[in-house]
Amino acid sequence: MELTLENVSKAVYGQPYLYPFDLTLEPQQVTVLLGATQAGKTTMMRIMAGLDKPSAGRVWVDGVDVTGRPVRQRNIAMVYQQFINYPSMTVFDNIASPLKLARKGNVKEQVQALAEKLHIEAFLERLPSELSGGQQQRVALARALAKNAPLMLLDEPLVNLDYKLREDLRAELSLLFATGNSTVVYATTEPSEALLLGGHTAVLDKGELLQYGPTADVFHRPASLKVAKAFSDPPINLVQAQRTPTGVRLANSQEVSITLPAQSDQALTLGIRANALRLVGRAADIAIDGQVELAEISGSDTFVHVDTVLGPMIAQLTGVHDFELGANVQLHLDPSHAYVFEASGALLVAPELLREVA
Amino acid sequence: MAEIKLDLAHAYKPNPQRDEDYALLPLEMTFRDGGAYALLGPSGCGKTTMLNIISGLLQPSQGTVCFDGQDVTARSPQQRNIAQVFQFPVIYDTMTVAQNLGFPLKNRKVPKEQIAKRVGEIAEMLEMSHQLDMRAAGLSADQKQKISLGRGLVRPDVSAVLFDEPLTVIDPHLKWQLRRKLKQIHHELKLTLIYVTHDQVEALTFADEVVVMTRGRAVQVGTAEDLFERPAHTFVGHFIGSPGMSFLPIQASASGMKIADQVVTVPQQVSVPAQATTLGIRPEYLRIFPNDQAGCLAATVQLIQDVGTYILVTCAVDQTPVRVRLSPQSWRPDMGENVYLQVLDAHTCFYCEEELVV
Repeated sequence: MELTLENVSKAVYGQPYLYPFDLTLEPQQVTVLLGATQAGKTTMMRIMAGLDKPSAGRVWVDGVDVTGRPVRQRNIAMVYQQFINYPSMTVFDNIASPLKLARKGNVKEQVQALAEKLHIEAFLERLPSELSGGQQQRVALARALAKNAPLMLLDEPLVNLDYKLREDLRAELSLLFATGNSTVVYATTEPSEALLLGGHTAVLDKGELLQYGPTADVFHRPASLKVAKAFSDPPINLVQAQRTPTGVRLANSQEVSITLPAQSDQALTLGIRANALRLVGRAADIAIDGQVELAEISGSDTFVHVDTVLGPMIAQLTGVHDFELGANVQLHLDPSHAYVFEASGALLVAPELLREVA
Repeated sequence: MAEIKLDLAHAYKPNPQRDEDYALLPLEMTFRDGGAYALLGPSGCGKTTMLNIISGLLQPSQGTVCFDGQDVTARSPQQRNIAQVFQFPVIYDTMTVAQNLGFPLKNRKVPKEQIAKRVGEIAEMLEMSHQLDMRAAGLSADQKQKISLGRGLVRPDVSAVLFDEPLTVIDPHLKWQLRRKLKQIHHELKLTLIYVTHDQVEALTFADEVVVMTRGRAVQVGTAEDLFERPAHTFVGHFIGSPGMSFLPIQASASGMKIADQVVTVPQQVSVPAQATTLGIRPEYLRIFPNDQAGCLAATVQLIQDVGTYILVTCAVDQTPVRVRLSPQSWRPDMGENVYLQVLDAHTCFYCEEELVV
């Protein structure tokens, strides 16, 4: 299915919720709506579903204008943050309900297959309230998948689950989306979730659609400082810089040589992703001195918050690293791994090395 | 402050028979005086049960709790001299910040000057000195939770301070600052702190030692590095790290070492314990090659994800998924390509019945 939003905007009581934008979803693929809370993700999704009418603009499905057509007349599956199931029906009946309505094929077989895919086949005879949160959300997902709707909308479906459960379900969902033929829209606040889901990503910020493209491209080549901020976790490190003939000069008067296009603003911003900073220096690196504020350990990574001569920075190191609070550290950066943004926030230079896309 | 010794088990039902009947399986554990501990595990693992037994809110169905060698099993939280901080702020809205912080001291009839001094110190540590005379009612949720934290820490003579997911209400962007505060305060006050959470980052960042729990069992007590490098139980390997360890069956056979369904030459520097039935290896340590090497397994690439800061490759070894983390610059295979995985090296862990074999 091809869904196009054309010059769509939404205001509620004069308050702009979404500024005018155009968006065509990639058919049969996943589109991630990425943005902080209040960015407009749910508003956009409700317009796509037909739950809300846009204040202006058109919604097209496969070339047909469906603006204002209510959700009941469209074929859509939706999954919300909260686990929504029919409380008085068994898990089996919950999953079977869209199949029974559609009167298609062998219901029992299809429910069994879906339940196996989502690892809930052992609970088919139970009521939703007899399941854990993660299992209840699996039931809601199975029911949405059972509908086999051409458009499937998921609004932060994993946000209320434990960290590890989220990880497992996310991996399963990416595989299910890849093998299914629905067009999927998935809202999230987490950059890492967008990257793991792949597909395409639309970055939203305060009601504005900032950028849309293949997820890895948007991550590696954010069109603006706003996109880079929205699409970096941990936050991207920002350093003010002045253009010089050979590159830039930083706030601490440090000279850094970077190849820049012939024309640019005088005042620039360097954007340094946390994983571009290292503890061990290499040739051509610049060194940044500072004191450790805290080392946050996730297991696979250590995020070191450092109070540096250039302001607060975060470095992402692989594995477990222990630091004393207040310890002196020197961070190293290959200047070619830094992003450069114009005074307006527009992207001037993206790092070559990190740009390769699988 | 006290050293806390547990030698107990707990079941909410009478006459527990099987393992599943216990909320907490029989365990022996010592919390060092002045140590910072985290109890980490998914919902239902028994971590809150353990915390409530330590505080005295719950009496274990068998065994004892000792504080500095004294049996306190039958004593109330007040008698045990425990301070607690809960998930949500518990404060008096009509009091000022200073009155809230000083309340536990006032209750115990500590002289006024001493209260003022101690409240001043705690406020200083929490960076709330400028808010001491403000009404608590007008503060944001995270400011209120800071008061709860401060009140938990205000009495210098407590046996231990217990935290039950205290940062749940804190905005994600502010969490690291409070984690840092807690760590600093622990260094300064040297209180015995026990912290319950299901969040890996929270536990690994805050604690000197983390108690990892699953299904009523404490499966490992160790530093972040121990849990990452040498998970004592397959659950720890899976739970710590994102993604966690990959596991493969291993078996000595007449034709050599058999991993999954393949016979592999064991590299010289690796010794495989005879009783090992499973091997575990982390995505960070797994190496991938385009052609066969000693100690390698043949695998097929199923999924390549550009996760931004690294590339996550999921391979199938005879149906079992095995994940590899690659740096963005390194060689990477194509989808469906046949590759070779170096699963036997110094970082490989061996398990028998889910327990690490050493």
